[in-house]
Amino acid sequence: MSTNPSRHPTATPAEEPPLSTEVLLCLHDAMLRARCLEERLIRMNKQGDGFFWVGGPGEEALNASLGLLVHKGCGPEYDYLHLHYRSTATLVAMGADPMDTLRQMKSVATDPYSAGRNFCNHYSIHRWNVAPVSSPIEVQFSMAPGTALANKRASGRGITIVQGGDAGTAEGDFSTCLLWCSRPGHELPCLMIVTNNRWGISTLSSDQLAPKHIVDRAKPFGIKTAVIDGNDPEVSYRELKKAMDYVRTEGRPFLLEATVSRLYGHSSASGANFVPDEPDCLVLFENKLEERKLLSRQAMDDLRAKYTQELLDASKRVRDEPQPKGDDIWKHIFAERDGASKPSPKSPSG
Amino acid sequence: MATVVQAIRLALHVGEERLGVTDVFGQDVGPPLGGVFTQSQGLKTAWNTPLDERGIIGTAIGLALAGQRPVAEIQFCDYAFNMIDLLKLAGGVSWSSAGDWSCPMVLMTPVGSGIRGSIYHSHSFDAQATRIPGWKIVMPSNPLDAYGLMLSAIADPNPVMFLAPKALLRTKAGRNERIPGEPDDDRTLSKMIDAPLGDRSKWRPDWPDVQDFFIPFGKARVCREGRDVTVVTYGRMVVVATQAAELASAVGVDVEVIDLRSLHPYDWDAIRASVRKTKRVLFLNEDTEVTNFGEHLLRRTVEELFYELYAPPRILAGAHVPGIGLADSLERASVPQTDQVAAVLRELAAHQP
Repeated sequence: MSTNPSRHPTATPAEEPPLSTEVLLCLHDAMLRARCLEERLIRMNKQGDGFFWVGGPGEEALNASLGLLVHKGCGPEYDYLHLHYRSTATLVAMGADPMDTLRQMKSVATDPYSAGRNFCNHYSIHRWNVAPVSSPIEVQFSMAPGTALANKRASGRGITIVQGGDAGTAEGDFSTCLLWCSRPGHELPCLMIVTNNRWGISTLSSDQLAPKHIVDRAKPFGIKTAVIDGNDPEVSYRELKKAMDYVRTEGRPFLLEATVSRLYGHSSASGANFVPDEPDCLVLFENKLEERKLLSRQAMDDLRAKYTQELLDASKRVRDEPQPKGDDIWKHIFAERDGASKPSPKSPSG
Repeated sequence: MATVVQAIRLALHVGEERLGVTDVFGQDVGPPLGGVFTQSQGLKTAWNTPLDERGIIGTAIGLALAGQRPVAEIQFCDYAFNMIDLLKLAGGVSWSSAGDWSCPMVLMTPVGSGIRGSIYHSHSFDAQATRIPGWKIVMPSNPLDAYGLMLSAIADPNPVMFLAPKALLRTKAGRNERIPGEPDDDRTLSKMIDAPLGDRSKWRPDWPDVQDFFIPFGKARVCREGRDVTVVTYGRMVVVATQAAELASAVGVDVEVIDLRSLHPYDWDAIRASVRKTKRVLFLNEDTEVTNFGEHLLRRTVEELFYELYAPPRILAGAHVPGIGLADSLERASVPQTDQVAAVLRELAAHQP
């Protein structure tokens, strides 16, 4: 399997119209904010200010692109997102407040995603169709056909987007998704994204998975596929948009495989130390922006310092927010009323 | 009078017509078969799925998250064991999102022994189901309860498991009350809603005008009043308990039979009131006996009603063996039999502290 990010057949930036400066700067801003957020979360964990960290530093190019492109809203006329715990940059790009991520990291009662119940980066936002992220691998792929069926019935622009890693494609749920989205005559508007960082914790996927590309498994189902350099935000944005447009207009599934880096290992359980020998999408992009004179090095450094400071301040404020009470375990076991079509009043701000 | 399976079908029809059901689906659920036990014949939202239980429950969760109203079927509960993690996730949708999302879905599945189903079509699911917080769990023992519990299951905004005792699907006994609006005559009902044998491609059901009848969760039913011993049970064992109660009454033991109907939530008030009255209680079900749901009820009885009891509380449950064998002698040895239940009831009645 190719690990060289510059040799993917679908990446032909010279032949495509360039992205606008506005989009490029939006991408950079989201990627940078997401990276600063991850660095703050890792520091919080190392300082004993949060029990566990898992996230997606290294996936910002792909994930921020997705966040900017999502048709955001509530209900089947909008896109459903079945994400996993490395999707930080997607949520940042969609406009989620980083303070809410810190709240979840610190397990405070004011955590809008899980009221102190879940790990950090386990998002859940009903009003944006962000289905609750869980830790078990690949289960989101079994649920995606359900929301995709609802999207199809709504006949709007909304599609279902489901994302997971390379190692997880070994789970049966991945096959389930390929199969259910491509039932003859009942194809579903589902974009499946596999962010391939080559690892499942300490196990190299190339030791476990025979197909040269994961997308090879989709071809017998007649599912359109692409393999892209997920470390390049311009490629990611363009190719994601193409894939999403295909799913929106054809109402058929698409499997996109994006090579990405894993810059801080699996999670705090494996040390969360910086990995210097993988391509860093943020560094590569900043070099390009500087070369093209779209953003100066000074401006980028200032922005990074600003976000770093804001997050440091936020991490201090979050310590003062209340922890959940023991009796809170009994809340929300059951819904009292039918809320599936309407968001609850407790949805997060943003 | 409708059979249990006809009652389920009628309730699903009402669900489609009045309660917003958008999908009734699973393996062989859609046309032409309409379910291996006929439970989904003629339903307009019924469709067939791939042979993939994880896809069935996963898709049901996705549909529910998106505001649809799915009723998913697992063809036999014996096939549900490969998706317990997804059941846990469904049960955790509201809790893990602190109430931001809900998951209004019904999972129906046939359970239990009694049709010579052998090792892979005879399992119970009550212990497994009651170990998954976030689900409401019901098990009818007669047609009217099946109808009313299914309507409540559909209307509930939470995930609800409807465990259907397969040995009772073709029966009508147990509660001599009609579904409101069903025709007086069995043959008329069958003509209206049972698909014909042979080519049924042009067949459409003629649904009777059945009325709403919701049975609330957490309410048991005393199906036989008695003074001397209480038996708390559900599903096919309600029939067994009732027969055993008749045997016991022949020797002067007056047995009270409580059909829980709802395993989570369950009607502790009814259990307590009955045990206070009779002082002697048997918990009866056919699931395997180790870490059995009846053990939870018995534990609670010991803790809260210890000094009310005149005899140690008892459980009769299935043998802790990997499956129920096909030969009649094996099945008889694996699940509680009427004469065994009657013997325990007589022992309890005779026991003096």
